[in-house]
Amino acid sequence: MPALVRIGRTLRRTLLQAVPTILGIVILNFFLLQLAPGDAADVLAGEAGSATEESVAALRARFGLDSPVLEQLATYLGNLAQFSLGFSPRYGMPVADLIAQRLPGTLTLMAVALLIAILLGVVLGSLMATFAGRIPDRLLSVFSLLFYSIPSFWIGLMLIVLFSVKLGWLPSGGAGTIGSQLKGLPLLLDKARYMVLPATSLALFYVAIYARLTRAAMLEVKNQDFVRTAYAKGLTPFGVTARHILRNALIPITTMAGMHIGGMLGGAVVVETVYSWPGLGRLAFEAVMGRDFTVLLGILLLSSLLVIIANAAVDLVHAWLDPRIGAR
Amino acid sequence: MSADFGAYPAVTGGAYAAPATNEQATAPERPAWSNVKAPDARSQQSAAVAITNGRRALGVFLANPNALFGTAFLALVIGVALLAPVLYPDDPLSMVGKPFLWPGQDPAFPLGTDSLGRDVLAGILHGSRISLFVGLMATALGLTFGVIVGAIAGYFGGWVDDLLVRLVEIFQTLPSFVLLVVLVAIVQPSATTVTLAIAVISWPTVARLTRAEFRAIREKDFVMAARSLGYGHSRIIFREILPNALPPIIVTSSVMVATAILMESALSFMGLGDPNVVSWGSMIGTGRELVRTAWYLTALPGLAIVFTVLALNLIGDGLNDALNPRFSGDR
Amino acid sequence: MAPLLQVENLTIGFPRAEPVRNLSFEVSAGETLAIVGESGSGKSLTALALMQLLPRAARVTSGRIVFDDHNLLGLDAREMRQLRGRDIAMIFQEPMTSLNPVMSIGRQIGEVLKVHEKLSGRAARERTIELLKLVRIPAAEKRVDDYPHQLSGGMRQRVMIAMAVACRPKLLIADEPTTALDVTIQAQVLDLLDTLRRELKMAVVLITHDLGVVAQWADKVVVMYAGQKVEQALPGDLFNDPLHPYTRGLLSASPRLKNDFHYLSGPLTEIPGSIVSAAGEAGCPFKPRCREARASCGHQVPPLIARTPDRLVACPFTSSLKAVPDAAHLSH
Repeated sequence: MPALVRIGRTLRRTLLQAVPTILGIVILNFFLLQLAPGDAADVLAGEAGSATEESVAALRARFGLDSPVLEQLATYLGNLAQFSLGFSPRYGMPVADLIAQRLPGTLTLMAVALLIAILLGVVLGSLMATFAGRIPDRLLSVFSLLFYSIPSFWIGLMLIVLFSVKLGWLPSGGAGTIGSQLKGLPLLLDKARYMVLPATSLALFYVAIYARLTRAAMLEVKNQDFVRTAYAKGLTPFGVTARHILRNALIPITTMAGMHIGGMLGGAVVVETVYSWPGLGRLAFEAVMGRDFTVLLGILLLSSLLVIIANAAVDLVHAWLDPRIGAR
Repeated sequence: MSADFGAYPAVTGGAYAAPATNEQATAPERPAWSNVKAPDARSQQSAAVAITNGRRALGVFLANPNALFGTAFLALVIGVALLAPVLYPDDPLSMVGKPFLWPGQDPAFPLGTDSLGRDVLAGILHGSRISLFVGLMATALGLTFGVIVGAIAGYFGGWVDDLLVRLVEIFQTLPSFVLLVVLVAIVQPSATTVTLAIAVISWPTVARLTRAEFRAIREKDFVMAARSLGYGHSRIIFREILPNALPPIIVTSSVMVATAILMESALSFMGLGDPNVVSWGSMIGTGRELVRTAWYLTALPGLAIVFTVLALNLIGDGLNDALNPRFSGDR
Repeated sequence: MAPLLQVENLTIGFPRAEPVRNLSFEVSAGETLAIVGESGSGKSLTALALMQLLPRAARVTSGRIVFDDHNLLGLDAREMRQLRGRDIAMIFQEPMTSLNPVMSIGRQIGEVLKVHEKLSGRAARERTIELLKLVRIPAAEKRVDDYPHQLSGGMRQRVMIAMAVACRPKLLIADEPTTALDVTIQAQVLDLLDTLRRELKMAVVLITHDLGVVAQWADKVVVMYAGQKVEQALPGDLFNDPLHPYTRGLLSASPRLKNDFHYLSGPLTEIPGSIVSAAGEAGCPFKPRCREARASCGHQVPPLIARTPDRLVACPFTSSLKAVPDAAHLSH
């Protein structure tokens, strides 16, 4: 069946399946909010300096914070429907706006990190598959296991020590040169300089996963009968690898890509903190420090949504790559 | 009836007509990769269940130099954790020397001191205790709960199964670390809360794996035989199915401990760890400001984390090789 | 006319075994040679050796393979690649796994044409459709974009045949082409192969364990056991008068379907034991299972005795063997 129809069907199915999950997450989010110590009224009263019982109670009544739980849930859902995630007194702006401000930073960081992880991982994995069982394979295997054992915040700091403090090649924090008036390509290059270390720190953990996966996928595919048929047709080893092996091995590799968005968001929290990168991760850190649960839970909700979208995207890519999906 | 097909000579229709109808195309199998998980993609393929021989598995494990190194190092860490109060009985947070001593500068402090004059080596030795405690405890709790729930869901099916599937999906959509941070921030950090929180975010994966195993094994002939002999459910679950479902669970457990240690260190780094205890993560956190001058304060505890987690991952690899016999040929 | 393919004393070795030993046979253009044997007899490895596609651990340790005056064992990789798919082609046993699941059948067939005849995309597609019609796949214009999983087993095998004959090879090797197919489809596929052989004047090496297939489609039969040729004959001779004890055992082990046969009237004659590893066997490999074995059988491998140029047997004691139950039912 043509690719477009397959993709359309998969999309519809994925979205349908996502609805109960989203609902569950939203409700969970709400209850976590309820559990959190202190609420908006406490914070506001604290900020305003008048924390008497009457004023706090009055604030509560005004914000509807003393109504029964279900009513509050309804209000919460209603707010969500209008894309409102609450208000943050600390930052003095709606949480949704705050997140929207920081979201692009995290998205670019994660995209670059994913790219690095996949590219490096596929290359390493192909090498490992080519030399399967021999010394280069074993060495690379342990090497990639090493990457998998390194905490991203620590490697972030170590990279700063090496490339920033000792060598002075790359900046140690921030997202761009402050006060610069660059445009176009120089601007891109400047941003890239700032992105190298954080993206690498974030990617390293996943390089191992993709290397292993590529190795396993290519070994599995190499032994399949249709590869033998391809050789029997007189194709060159390169032709066999490119048109037959890789095309099949890519399927599990791309499927995995989506499963790591959640983990990467978690990694982004520490990496962005280490590099003072303006993104959701650092916002989460600040929210934790300031016990600002409205912001924190807004981030939790939004990142869950991101994961769902990423999974849907991966499903689509998968349907496009594999003609067996979606057939009755 | 024959026709000329251009480049090919006329071919007679022969005594056999071409197939009139298309036989039903075989249903495509789900790609075998759908349940793949790192670090080793193959370790989670549990559709075909192999009954492994325990002794043989042990032999394979012991013949693996990586696994042996990992086990030895882990034993070292455990030994250190147990002996730390004996070797360094004083509180590692107490100030004992000149601040900012580099490693090797003063033989009394082989790994130097931090900004407040606290012994780095003492900190690392004591830090192993919290890392191991949280890692092992959280994994034990997560495993227990996950296996039980997964077994019930996989064996009985029905609404329990549906509920579990939904729950697992929710947990896998929520980013684990962000959720962890939220949980710990809500309930105030301490060793206990951190352990419980990590257990909460790790049990769904185990449950999912166990469920898959149980679903696969429950269709096997020997289970059918046990049922026809009148064995009760709990006996079948614990004596027939569970022992055969264990191999991938065992492999996963070592990865879980590794992940738990990484998460605990990240939490401590962010200041969400137990405030009364020295942890490798908290040492890195406090050393962060001084990374330009005293970078050994971040490097050393980090190395401790890396090697401990690496040891666990090597063990996990070794277990995978030993317990998944059909794959050991690839290596 | 010199035979198209000459295999002389072919020996294939693994690190600790010799699955094919001293194998020799010839095939002429337009002829079907059947190689018969049970699993483990080395027949599939022989086929792969002809294509120089042996698994990495296996090696041709001695012998010659001469195809169309080329010494195949002396060709380098590039020259061999040019022969593969163009002059020598192979079809395999399992059509489902032997086709790339993520590529349409049209593109897979077209690939052979592009590689060997350098056709453009459109020309390749037209030729592909012709090929699909040639192998009797209905609605070829629509099916050319289908994927293997959308076709039935018989049709997939036809696609493999189309891929193999696309460049009109001189030699086609068919390794158990119908074993994985339904019985009703088997006859169709074999008939297709035979028709193509006649029309394209190919030589066919048909590897099978099915004696019925041999009886119906072969011009010449080679029987292999434990990596060695134990008998060679024309099919009629083989079924009327099998000489080697192994062949005799094979033929009497198949159920008889004529006259008053009933499965209760007597047990199937089994050949006792099972095929043993070919390593380290001095003497006749069939000795452990042979009813007629003598002490001298264990001393050296019996040479092939040529009763007539078409009739070879690797056993010196055939003339004194007792008559076997009638196996003539298998030849038509």
